[in-house]
Amino acid sequence: MSSDAIAIPSARTEARPWVEVVHEWVTTVDHKRLGILYIVYALAFLVVGGIEATIIRIQLIRPHNDFVSPQVFNRMFTMHGTTMIFFVAMPVLFGFANYLVPLMIGARDMAFPRLNAFSFWLTALGGLLLYFSFLGGNGLYGAGNAPDVGWWAYAPLTAKTFSPGPSSDYWTIALLVSGFGSIGTAINLVATILCLRCPGMTLNRMPLLAWLNLVMSGMVLIAITPLSAAQIMLLIDRYLGGHFFDTQAGGSATIWMHFFWIFGHPEVYILIIPCFAFMSEIIPVFSRKPIFGYPVMVGATVCIAFVSLSVWAHHIFTIGMNSYANSFFAITTMAVGVPTGIKIFNWIGTMWGGSIQFKTAMLFSVGFLFQFLIAGLTGIMMASAPFDWQLSLSYFVVAHFHYVIVGGILFALFGAFYYWYPKMTGRMLSERLGKLHFWLFFLGFHATFDVMHFAGILGMPRRIYTYEPRPGWETLNLIVTIGAFIQGVAILVFVTNLVYSYFKGPKAGNDPWDAWTLEWSVSSPPPAYNFASIPVVASRRPLWDLKHPEDPDSRYE
Amino acid sequence: MGRSDQIRKLVSKAAGIVVLLAGGLLAASLCFGAPDNPSRLPSIFDPRSTPSKSIDHLSYFVLSITGLIFVVVFALLIYVVMKYRKRPGDEGREPAQVYGSTQIELAWTVIPILIVLVLFLATARVIHSIQDAPKPEGALEVVAIGHQFWWEFRYPQLGVVTANELHIPVSEAAHATPTFLTLLSADTDHSFWVPQLAGKTDLIPNRVNHMWMDPYETGIFLGQCAQYCGTQHAKMLLRVYVDSPEEFATWVRRQNQPAVLDANVTAGRRVFETTACINCHAIEGTVADGRFGPDLTHLMSRQTIASGAAENTKANLRLWIQKPDAIKPGSLMPAMQLKNADLDALVDYLQTLR
Repeated sequence: MSSDAIAIPSARTEARPWVEVVHEWVTTVDHKRLGILYIVYALAFLVVGGIEATIIRIQLIRPHNDFVSPQVFNRMFTMHGTTMIFFVAMPVLFGFANYLVPLMIGARDMAFPRLNAFSFWLTALGGLLLYFSFLGGNGLYGAGNAPDVGWWAYAPLTAKTFSPGPSSDYWTIALLVSGFGSIGTAINLVATILCLRCPGMTLNRMPLLAWLNLVMSGMVLIAITPLSAAQIMLLIDRYLGGHFFDTQAGGSATIWMHFFWIFGHPEVYILIIPCFAFMSEIIPVFSRKPIFGYPVMVGATVCIAFVSLSVWAHHIFTIGMNSYANSFFAITTMAVGVPTGIKIFNWIGTMWGGSIQFKTAMLFSVGFLFQFLIAGLTGIMMASAPFDWQLSLSYFVVAHFHYVIVGGILFALFGAFYYWYPKMTGRMLSERLGKLHFWLFFLGFHATFDVMHFAGILGMPRRIYTYEPRPGWETLNLIVTIGAFIQGVAILVFVTNLVYSYFKGPKAGNDPWDAWTLEWSVSSPPPAYNFASIPVVASRRPLWDLKHPEDPDSRYE
Repeated sequence: MGRSDQIRKLVSKAAGIVVLLAGGLLAASLCFGAPDNPSRLPSIFDPRSTPSKSIDHLSYFVLSITGLIFVVVFALLIYVVMKYRKRPGDEGREPAQVYGSTQIELAWTVIPILIVLVLFLATARVIHSIQDAPKPEGALEVVAIGHQFWWEFRYPQLGVVTANELHIPVSEAAHATPTFLTLLSADTDHSFWVPQLAGKTDLIPNRVNHMWMDPYETGIFLGQCAQYCGTQHAKMLLRVYVDSPEEFATWVRRQNQPAVLDANVTAGRRVFETTACINCHAIEGTVADGRFGPDLTHLMSRQTIASGAAENTKANLRLWIQKPDAIKPGSLMPAMQLKNADLDALVDYLQTLR
């Protein structure tokens, strides 16, 4: 490839005044820098959300504990949920998408770089607004602090009667603002993936990561809008005398539930599909085989996206829908299991007959498969509506969705960190610390979330700041809290690894994993504008073709 | 190094899984082996009524199918991870590149579809049998109203009004007397959950929901509000007393009587009738007819106060009136700021409300 198209700046420049560096980062429209900003921002909030989780767990370590007041506890679980979904999971996944998609499809940047920057700063503003509530929530009425209405903010708890003062408005406006940021990023990703692929990269040759992010972005466009609409209605209720959700004036509480979950369920897939994308890149490379059944993987993802738009009411099986509605949402929910199962089988098929290298990224991927399998199966249990009448709103549900979000999404994300960190920084993460991180986190995760299932089965509802001393509940909650602390230690190991390796890690080189997609063809970290000359590809694994000219993929596709 | 190291790690992982399973079994034994006393565990696998029983049966069916899927896929995963680890001889050689197989992929699409169909049919059957059950003659009707943070129970057929402790008759096979609940809410969303008697159903303002149960065993069954309803959601406890027909008849007779008028405690009654108590509480036969808080006509027939947050003892009653936040911080009961003498008189009066 010729390199005369663009002058490539050297990887390390001499020391400059810090103001200049900050200015450069704040005003950047480069997809890689914005990606890193998203990721760092999300990691900061991961620590904040983790501290909130720790406060929750200390309070619940024994019955009738008084570590925090009920008011504080309710704020903690509201902020924990809101933070983790909207200001950790979404931004970190958008960060990876931003960073990787242009590189993997052979583009020099996103389609709309300035929209990209705008979207990031909207998201950032949203997070800051949410946390400003701790200071500003008191407002004129002296009646609030951080929002305490739960991350679903069910009506009518959010009505002026039950939530005086502006605390829940911080929740509403923060999510409204960051929601617009998400929509901007989704539009950008769709445009980038559809329009900026390099010559030769047909849709059929696109890396699965790009495919899955395309599907995810489409879902963002469909799913975020009902939430934004509902939030605008809520603001109208609270400030302009509307009665959409104001039950005291004839409004409907259940309409809010429907609006929220029409957003809320696809949201789960918005988060998990990019993680499927990580798995679909990491597992093949460390198994030394191409992904098993590429077309089926794409088809299954699109299928999941469509079906997941019709399952929302399984979150509200307990609100007294009639038996036909309950049956409908039971079967659609179970149906999602089919394409999801196909994906799990195809990943196992990818590993089958391979030569699996257990680098830390691969360990996290196998952890993902194991936990996501269980999360899927407990999901099937709750799709069975009558079973859900018992399990819903209990600790069983808490265990289930943490299995998805921590055991699935977070494990996949850790895998992605270990896999792409060398590309982003030019340094390898320590494998020793990585494996310690994995095993500690694995242990802590299972101590916490396996045990929660049983607390739910024994009748413990979620969102309670304290509980009665009942046999079983005490021991189970103690184990859960210990597990949470082990996870906390594991996160410390991870952060240490990130920081230490940034300065002291061994140099990565362009292609430390002997991988096959385009991002590994450029230097680590990649130069501004990525490719000196736009690459031309002939198959799904351009670097395989380059490394094995005698047996290129293009021959079989 | 690599290989033995990896084996050691895999063994330790396997050991971890065994420990987890053992822990699971331990916890499972807790779920099933419920002790036979009032403080029995509200386990969903210890049903005492038809709706919870049919859910219990369905759960075993769903659990065994999902359990089977887990065993198969997990075994497959372990096999792949053990068998296809990178071996010393693999250096520099790539394994056979396989791109997919239509037959295999078809198989693992069609089989799950069949499983889903079976699960759905079993589920739909139980949904129908619980939700569309006809209401028989002789069914007891109760209106349950959720409040922040307590339960109001009204028996329209019997003229009884009570709070937090629901009394219902046992439903004998020969003479079924199921209880049909109409669920309403006075303020925010709540959810009625007594795991051993039925699945939960929400109480939602501006909406009428229904549920039913027909306990076939007497005893006290514990539950609590399951839908987050505000500050004191945690202490919105609930207990259901399943009485024998005779006990239930006696209970109803006593609840139907007017409040006791004991001449020894007129001082306390005066305090009650001349303070803000009457704005929220009702006592049949007095000027007190507030409906914002629990009906106190037969306060002493209940074993707990503050929606199960405390035993109904003299000391607790006194504390509850004087400083509710000590028992239930954030509840809507105000601290009454009474002088000691008035407080004592008031508690003495309340203690006569049998």
